Amino acid sequence: MDLYEHQARELFERHGIPVPRAEVTDSPREAREIARRLGGRAVVKAQVKTGGRGKAGGVKLAPDPAAAESTARQMLGADIRGHRVGTVMLAEPVDVEREFYVSYVLDRAAGGFLAIASAEGGTEIEETAATRPEAVARIPVDPARGVTSAVAAHIASAAGLPARTADVLIRLWQVLVREDALLVEVNPLVRTRDGRVLALDGKVTLDDNARFRQSRWGAEPREHTDPLEAEAAARGLTYVKLDGEVGVIGNGAGLVMSTLDVIAGRGARPADFLDIGGGASARTMADALFVVLADPAVKSVLVNVFGGITACDTVAEGILGALDAVHLTKPLVVRLDGNNAEAGRALLDRHAHPLIEQATTMDAAAHRAAELARAA
Amino acid sequence: MAIFLTKESKVLVQGMTGGEGRKHTRRMLAAGTDVVGGVNPRKAGGTVDFELPGGANGSAGEPISLPVFGSVHEGVAATGADVTVVFVPPPFAKAAVHEAVDAGTGLVVVITEGIPVHDSVAFTSYARTRGTRVIGPNCPGLITPGQSDAGIIPADIARPGRVGLVSKSGTLTYQLMHELADIGFSTCVGIGGDPVIGTTHIDCLAAFQDDPETELVVLIGEIGGDAEERAAAYIRGHVTKPVVGYVAGFTAPEGRTMGHAGAIVSGSTGTARAKQAALEAAGVRVGVTPSETAALVREALGERPGG
Repeated sequence: MDLYEHQARELFERHGIPVPRAEVTDSPREAREIARRLGGRAVVKAQVKTGGRGKAGGVKLAPDPAAAESTARQMLGADIRGHRVGTVMLAEPVDVEREFYVSYVLDRAAGGFLAIASAEGGTEIEETAATRPEAVARIPVDPARGVTSAVAAHIASAAGLPARTADVLIRLWQVLVREDALLVEVNPLVRTRDGRVLALDGKVTLDDNARFRQSRWGAEPREHTDPLEAEAAARGLTYVKLDGEVGVIGNGAGLVMSTLDVIAGRGARPADFLDIGGGASARTMADALFVVLADPAVKSVLVNVFGGITACDTVAEGILGALDAVHLTKPLVVRLDGNNAEAGRALLDRHAHPLIEQATTMDAAAHRAAELARAA
Repeated sequence: MAIFLTKESKVLVQGMTGGEGRKHTRRMLAAGTDVVGGVNPRKAGGTVDFELPGGANGSAGEPISLPVFGSVHEGVAATGADVTVVFVPPPFAKAAVHEAVDAGTGLVVVITEGIPVHDSVAFTSYARTRGTRVIGPNCPGLITPGQSDAGIIPADIARPGRVGLVSKSGTLTYQLMHELADIGFSTCVGIGGDPVIGTTHIDCLAAFQDDPETELVVLIGEIGGDAEERAAAYIRGHVTKPVVGYVAGFTAPEGRTMGHAGAIVSGSTGTARAKQAALEAAGVRVGVTPSETAALVREALGERPGG
């Protein structure tokens, strides 16, 4: 789960990392009040979970409270790189002398966390890392030891950061561990002209798997802009809406992704990614069909199940069960293989619905579903 | 010979008394795995009975009664177990793996899904320092057909044979096993798709390279991370056996980006196309679909199509 900038700022503050004064709001009028509280001038920052925000007009300096209100009004509801702005953060302007970069990030290859730091922070950090790797220090952190003051001093000196940033490095590690984060990034970490060290902007990604022990996180945020995605999430399904015409339902993320590829290879476009998971019930299958058929762009549906733990007869029951609730008007191609496949196929055969046909292989099923979508 | 798991392997199941643990222990027993007991401190001293499927004549199978030990250490002392399979829920998984490592088991297969990454980092690095191999977490386990099955891979899909398989994805593993059922497998390893895993594609490639019973390796990857790119670099330098690859996710929508740090770490885009290109540059033939991948395997082994 990625956090908004203002949420990251709050976490930093809670762990003693110095941050600029700031408040968040969804109201232009309140933005004016906040600017007043901050002393008149304020940086208005659109809260969106995407990079390149500044270049897209999502960060603006308002010289006075009235300007803060009008800037907030412009930003709220606007679209920044495909993300709708729901809230803005107003922060005290800071007189920056130097920008640094610090982060801890999961290094999959090493199976641990890596400290990344550079004396050249800012929006060009990725390019700096690519063109002048020597300007970016990467130091693996021993998970059993963590970031002690000695480790922090080592990271700071390797990156050419001022020694006083070591305290931020230690506290940032505490954010990572105590908040079960996969990524904590401060960019830029700045030294101001009046000598303060401040985390000016930050990104935090929390580990959804740790929800059971992070009571403060509360309920999972629902941020599905697509109504079908919201519907699927409410039914506990992993569903991603795509822009094609062949609806796809399968079991296991790998097999579903593979199914999308096979459909694309047959000259059609998948309408969605829907994974019913391992050991799915008839109810899960019925829910999946309900969601996919609710997409008006869908012209045919492909159900591709290889039963490992999932029983194919249960899947067939789910398909037939869904027909009681949904009036099927689009053709359905079903491929069942593996666990109880014969029983599942027999069940569908017995029912002999005119719009349901079966295929024996994944390729044949994809071919037929694509063909039916084209003919529709 | 196979890799990591043979008919000599003695398996303890951590979490055998739970619903999933019990179901899959029965399946492992039916597959011929030498399961020697389970671990649950609250049910130590008890036993769990398993009814196995009967023979071809419809006779009832023989019931098997397995002991429940209070700790992995006790179980190992009593049975000589050298493998554990972990089904315990996420909050207890880290302690379970530490316990297995401390008891000196050589292989810990973690099936549990949903373990916090900080826990996986802790137990995989702990296991590494003690010389214990962890497979997973969030994986289907591994099977050496005809010998032993440690995890949840359906044993009836494949026969013993000469192909080694390593995969991030469970159901794609089953799909390929099914497509190549007639040729058969030395060992199939589902390494899991979590960001931090104990055994990587590279570990499996190295083991298959050294396994005299493996003639060819199938490597299945999917989008995200750069494990396939690293595997490709390894193959180039160390693997002389033919490798056939498959990567899922060419059509998948772009995933979320992890700030700047993700790209700085790997320098890879993580797309299916980048992975395919890296593998092909290392001399790996990459199938566009599972069935094409299976056809490439047959060709490399000199089999007739569909043979």
